[in-house]
Amino acid sequence: MSSTKPRDDRRAAWWFLLPVLVGFAVFYGYPAARGLWYSVTDYTMLNTPSYVGAENYTKLVQDEKFWNALLVTGWYVVLNIGSQTLLALGIATLMHRLTRSVVLRATLLLPWLVPNVTIGLLWMWLLDTNLGFVNQLLHTVGWGPVGFFTDETWAMPTVAGINTWAYTGYTALLLYAGMLQIPQYLYEGASIDGAGEWRMFRRITLPLLRPVLALVLVVSLIGSFQIFDTIAVTTKGGPVSATQVIYYFIYLQAFKYFHMGYAAAAAVFLALILGVLTAIQMRLLRASRSDLA
Amino acid sequence: MTKKLNPGRFLAWAAMIVVILATVFPFWWMVRTALTPAADIYTDNLGLLPEHPTLINFLRVLGLTSEAENRAAGGSGAQLDFAAYLVNSIIYCGLIAALQTLFCAMAGYAFARLRFPGRDLVFAIVIAALMVPPIFTLLPNFVLVKDLGLMNTMAGMVAPTLLMTPFAVFFLRQFFLSLPRDVEEAAILDGNGPWGIFWRIALPMSRGPLITIGLTTIVWAWKDYLWPLLVGRDEDNRLVTVALGVFLQQSPNTQPDWTGLMAASTLSVLPVLLLLVFVGKRLVQSLNFTGSK
Repeated sequence: MSSTKPRDDRRAAWWFLLPVLVGFAVFYGYPAARGLWYSVTDYTMLNTPSYVGAENYTKLVQDEKFWNALLVTGWYVVLNIGSQTLLALGIATLMHRLTRSVVLRATLLLPWLVPNVTIGLLWMWLLDTNLGFVNQLLHTVGWGPVGFFTDETWAMPTVAGINTWAYTGYTALLLYAGMLQIPQYLYEGASIDGAGEWRMFRRITLPLLRPVLALVLVVSLIGSFQIFDTIAVTTKGGPVSATQVIYYFIYLQAFKYFHMGYAAAAAVFLALILGVLTAIQMRLLRASRSDLA
Repeated sequence: MTKKLNPGRFLAWAAMIVVILATVFPFWWMVRTALTPAADIYTDNLGLLPEHPTLINFLRVLGLTSEAENRAAGGSGAQLDFAAYLVNSIIYCGLIAALQTLFCAMAGYAFARLRFPGRDLVFAIVIAALMVPPIFTLLPNFVLVKDLGLMNTMAGMVAPTLLMTPFAVFFLRQFFLSLPRDVEEAAILDGNGPWGIFWRIALPMSRGPLITIGLTTIVWAWKDYLWPLLVGRDEDNRLVTVALGVFLQQSPNTQPDWTGLMAASTLSVLPVLLLLVFVGKRLVQSLNFTGSK
């Protein structure tokens, strides 16, 4: 095509974009602006929002429950990301060195497909203090029943463990996909040189996987800050406030106490935290691109 | 790579089998409990198969038994209709996956292949929404749906995600960028406009990525909980996940109705399990797409 003036599809383009732009304006742009506005108002969903300046924010930083929520979320993120990443890395390596079976991969993907609500219920039953399978099993080896969800020290590790169970397979498959891009001859060469599996893992797999690993890590980090469903079904933030994560805190403020303005301020705070994490992710994304080139 | 079964490989396979068992066993236990009569859960709780298998739990969560039969089988007597909730969930997922994929493909195509002023700026604004955490827009969106009078309607439930998500636009644009230009130009010579090229050339050539994003959307929509919980509490529009939460709260005594809950949980897993059986390979391969690109 050698038309003299540059092609201009502006009329067609706006028609192509129309649904997405309407969806964006109505359900992303407008609510984001409105959320910011709520965060500086006193709003209960029954009154009209009235401007109160920074009041919600100053109340927030003095609110013990809010700091507890951040702390609890942090504890969850550390537990969940730590166990999930290590396990996933192990599983991905095993698969990479053993098999390409699609059936196996599909099986590992199964927990990821299931609603968190179902997973919460399922584990509530398995870990039930009196009748649950796990406690029955512990009983037969002479260990007393553990209140996995009702004991303050156990509740958070339990929730983190459940979500590790739910998402490790998925994470492992992402890492495995990354490992498939590592040239096979590197392993063959190392094998001829007499390198063992552990050495190959440390010298080949880990360094070459680093960009993918970093990306997966940050994405699941951002995801785990937003844990809600499992908590809402199992512990409801308890016992006391041991599992009252930030998402649940915001949910309670908005839909139980109807402090919409206050909840919006907490949501802004969370958005800031996630914004920083996303910025890190962007940097890693750029780093990973140059690494693979 | 040596393929003979040395002690290392044996250990690795043993570890892999432990992983698979840990993945599958909870699901086994879920189905096993669903097939157990309620009276038996106090006595029969370690065997791999129920001593007196029954279908009564499935019948009652599907609303096929009378109130008296429900009480006799350990339920609250409240009428449940998981068949209807499953249909609601399928409509919800189907609507969102089909329309969101179509609209985001149109926008992705426009951003990738059409020329019009302001293109990069508009794209940057849409993509910026990726950084906004869902809970931030959720609060104002709730107010918006309430103000529009769409509470407890399917329209209100699908509204925020029906037209777009920033990720789908971003993902599909990436793909359309890589379409070869000469195919497009041949189509123009054949007298096709932008719509004709999109519909007859670009879409058929992008079946893989479209299915990837469609399947991922179905999975996420199937797992949705918080939003449908807020705007779709009514029996008529209740999704499976919301119904599970409600069911948990309806328990007749201090002990949850475990056998009924596990029957309902099994039903909530069934559709995604079918998805895995029929398109498992596709789903597994799609992780290679989303994971490492």
